[in-house]
Amino acid sequence: MPRRVVVERSTFASRWGMAVAIIGVLVLALAPALFLNSVLRTLVQFFYLLALAQMWNLLAGYAGLVSIGQQAYIGIGAYGLLFFADRLGVNLFVSVFLAALVAAVLAIPTAALVFRLRGGYFAIGTWVVAEVYRLLAANTQSLGGGSGVTITAAIGIDRTVREYVTYWIALGLAIASVLIVYYLLRTRLGLALRAVRDREMAAPTLGIHVLRAKVQVYVLASTICGLTGAVIYLSLLRLQPDATFSVNWTVFMIFAVVIGGIGTISGPIVGTIVYFLLQQYLADLGPIYLIILGAVAILVMVQAPRGLWGLVLDRWNIRFFPVQLRVRVKEDPSAASGPNETTEPERVRGRSVDG
Amino acid sequence: MTWVNAMVQGVMLGGLYALFATGLSLIFGVMRVVNLAHGVLTILAAFIAFFIVDHTGLNPLVAMAIVVPVMFTIGYVLQRLLINFTLGSGVLPPLLVTFGLAVVIENILLKVFSADSRGLDAGRIENVSIRLTSRLAVGWLPLTIFLVAVVLLVAMQLFFDRTTFGRALRATSDDAEAAQLMAIDNRHVYAVAMGLALGIAGVAGVFVGVRTTFGPLEGPVLLIFAFEAVIIGGLGSLWGTLVGGVILGVAQTLGAQLAPGWFQLSGHLVFLAVLAVRPTGLFPRVGAV
Repeated sequence: MPRRVVVERSTFASRWGMAVAIIGVLVLALAPALFLNSVLRTLVQFFYLLALAQMWNLLAGYAGLVSIGQQAYIGIGAYGLLFFADRLGVNLFVSVFLAALVAAVLAIPTAALVFRLRGGYFAIGTWVVAEVYRLLAANTQSLGGGSGVTITAAIGIDRTVREYVTYWIALGLAIASVLIVYYLLRTRLGLALRAVRDREMAAPTLGIHVLRAKVQVYVLASTICGLTGAVIYLSLLRLQPDATFSVNWTVFMIFAVVIGGIGTISGPIVGTIVYFLLQQYLADLGPIYLIILGAVAILVMVQAPRGLWGLVLDRWNIRFFPVQLRVRVKEDPSAASGPNETTEPERVRGRSVDG
Repeated sequence: MTWVNAMVQGVMLGGLYALFATGLSLIFGVMRVVNLAHGVLTILAAFIAFFIVDHTGLNPLVAMAIVVPVMFTIGYVLQRLLINFTLGSGVLPPLLVTFGLAVVIENILLKVFSADSRGLDAGRIENVSIRLTSRLAVGWLPLTIFLVAVVLLVAMQLFFDRTTFGRALRATSDDAEAAQLMAIDNRHVYAVAMGLALGIAGVAGVFVGVRTTFGPLEGPVLLIFAFEAVIIGGLGSLWGTLVGGVILGVAQTLGAQLAPGWFQLSGHLVFLAVLAVRPTGLFPRVGAV
C-alpha cells in the first residue's frame, strides 16, 4: 500500500480548539455589552490571574527557574502606574504600558544579582529582592509610605469607560500571555529551553547559551508580570506596599501552576480555573481554604507531578497547544482510509512538553 | 556610644540568626534541598513552647527540653513520610512541596492561634544585664543565646567530624549512591538530618519567643534571615554561618540607628552587596556539610 510521510505540528484538538477559542474570545470581547459590571470585574480578576500563572509556568515549567519573588514586578507595575499617571500626568491607560517598561528595566539588574544563586537559593534570593522593593516603597513618603496611596488620575475618567477599557486590556493581556508562551516555545529559544530542562549539562554542547536563555525568559516573564501588576491596580486603584508586594501573589501562581500541570500551556489555564472556582466558594473559610489548597498542591506534586492536565494527557492525549513536530504516516489518498496512525517518534520523548 | 551599643546588640542577634541558618544549611548540605518551610517550622517551635508554658506554667527555657525532642520527631516523620518522596527528580519537587508545606503550617497556626503576636516570659533573665562601661551593657539573655549558638555549632562540628553517624552524613552528602553501597540507609540519614535541623530550629524558636514577640505570619522573615546568613557566610560552612549571622545582625541594628524603618532593609542591602561582590560568600566551602 503506498504511503506518505507527513511532518506536522497541529493536532485535531489544536485545530478545533483554536476555532472554538476564536469564537470564545469574540464573545468575551463583546462581554461589556452583555454582562453586568460585577461580572466584568470578576472576569478581569480571572484574566490577570491567568496571565500571572502563565508567566510563572514559563519560568518554572520551561526555564526551571523557581521564583518566589514575582510579586516584586506586580508591585513595580502598580507603582509605575501611580508614578506615570498621577505624578507625571500621563494618560492612565498609556501609563499601564509604561509601567511594564519600568518592570523590564528593573528586571535586568535584578537578574544580574539573583542569577548568581541556583535552585532553591535562587528562589529565596528573588524573594529577598521583592522584599527590598517593598521596603523601599514603604519607606518612600512620596509614594505614600507604608500606609499606601490611591491612584487619583482615575477620578477624571468616566467610570464606565475606565471599567470597559480595563476589561479589554485585561482580556488582551490574558490572551497575549498564552500566545506569547505558545509562540516562544516554537522559536529557537523555546527549543533551547526544553533542551536545558531535559539535560542542562548537555545543552551547551548543542550550542545553547544556558544562562542567556534563562535571563531572557526571566526578563520577559517579569515584564509581563509588571504589565499585569499595572492592570491589577488599574482595577483596584488602592496601593499599599504590604498588599501590592505580597508573596500571596506568588503563592497563587505556584498553586495554580502545580495543580493545573507544570510545564504545559493548558495546565496553568486549568489551574487558574480550579483556583478561581475554589476561591469563589471557599474563600470565606479563610485559613482553611489555603490549608486545603496547599495540601492539594503537595499531594499533586508527590502523586501526580504533571498536575491535572497531565492526567488528561495520559488518558486522552489531547493537545491544544502542540509545540513539537510529529511524524505521521499517511495512507496515499488514492488508497483506502486509515489515516490517524501516529508513528513512534512522537512518543519517544517520554515526557510531554506541550498540550 | 549608641553606635557601639547597636553593634554589640547586632553581634548578639547574629547568634540567633546563626541558629536559624544552621538548620537550613544542614539540610542543604546533606540532601541539596532548600527547605522553604524552615522559617515557619521555627515559628511552630515557638508556638509549641507557648502551648507548653500556657498549660504547665514551666519557664520557656525549661520547656525547651520538651520542644527540642518534639521538633526532632516532627522533622524525622516529615522527612520519612513526605520529603524523601520528592528527592531524586530535580530541583522542583522538594522546593514546591516544602513551599506548600510552609503555607499549610502557617495557616494551621493562624487557625489555631489566630494572627495575634505572642511572647514567652522567661522571667528574670530577660531584665538583667552585664555593665561593660557606664553606658554600655549586654543583656544576659542575648548573651546566653549567642553562647548557646556557639556551643551548638561546636557540638555539630564535633558530631560531623568524630561520630560514626556524622561520617554517614558526610558520606551521604558527598555521594548518596555510594553511601548506600556502604550499607547506609539514606532515607534514615536524611530523616535524622531533618530531625537535627528542626531540633536546632526548636532551640531557635524558643529563643525568638523569649527575645521578642512572634506570630504565625513571621515564618518567611525568619527563612529570609537564615538564608541571608548562609549566603553571606558562604555555602556549606558552619562557622561562616555564624559570621554571616553576625554581619546580618550588625547591619540590621546599625540600619535601625539610621532610620527606624531600615532594620530589615539594611540587612537585605548588605546581603545583596555580598552577593554582588562575592557571590560564594565570605567563607565558601561548597559541597561540604
